[in-house]
Amino acid sequence: MIVVFYIASGVAILSTFLVILQSNAVHALLYAILSLLSVAIVFFSLGAPLVAALEVIVYAGAIMVLFVFVVMVLNLGPGAEGQERVWLQPRTWTGPVILTLVLIGELIYIFLARPGLALGGPAIGPQEVSLALYGPYLLGVELASILLLAGLVGAYHLGREPSD
Amino acid sequence: MAEVPTQYGIILAAILFSLGVAGILLRRNIFFVLLFVEVMLNAAGLAFVVAGARWGQADGQVMFIFVLATAAAEVAIGLGLLLRLHHQFKTLNVDEASDLRG
Repeated sequence: MIVVFYIASGVAILSTFLVILQSNAVHALLYAILSLLSVAIVFFSLGAPLVAALEVIVYAGAIMVLFVFVVMVLNLGPGAEGQERVWLQPRTWTGPVILTLVLIGELIYIFLARPGLALGGPAIGPQEVSLALYGPYLLGVELASILLLAGLVGAYHLGREPSD
Repeated sequence: MAEVPTQYGIILAAILFSLGVAGILLRRNIFFVLLFVEVMLNAAGLAFVVAGARWGQADGQVMFIFVLATAAAEVAIGLGLLLRLHHQFKTLNVDEASDLRG
């Protein structure tokens, strides 16, 4: 399982990195889907099968498909790719890249500085998660439903044709 | 079963989150900005699941489900805003929308 974790982590990091480099929106989306699928494998290797399935169904299946629909609606021409290349000049990306490398270095140093226990033990199945979700976290479920309703109303309002 | 050290899982989440931050900072297309917000939310959820697996509790996975609901609501609103931006300014450059009533 540990080999699976390392391979999936490598694929996730590499494909997320390639999302940053892509200038074509559809290619970037495909790399993002690959990244999400490999994170799903990481979840499975950590003993969280329900979350792995949800990652594939909701993230890769629903959210990314929404992005693909928007690409289709926008109907970006061949000029969009050149525009992206123009925006990705070295003077644009050197500052953020340096700052992000500092951030990654600090985080890795902090997490490696103290010894951690090995993850392991039995996998936590859907039954335990569901019991926790509809037991102590019932209020959170209600709040999530209100949030989703607000998102639905907001998306409808934004997607309407302007009346003026 | 898995013998993955806890800090490696957290480090993976940190790297993915930092890649999302870098992507948001160096992209000007609102489409890619929304995509990297998704990457960052996913990394935060990964950290929750790793912490839940560390203690052998289901709470981490419950939190991931909440993160998932938040991401779904956020992407619906964000893509609605993207379509309005494209409709109004004929571009996806986020800097175009930096003026109020512009």
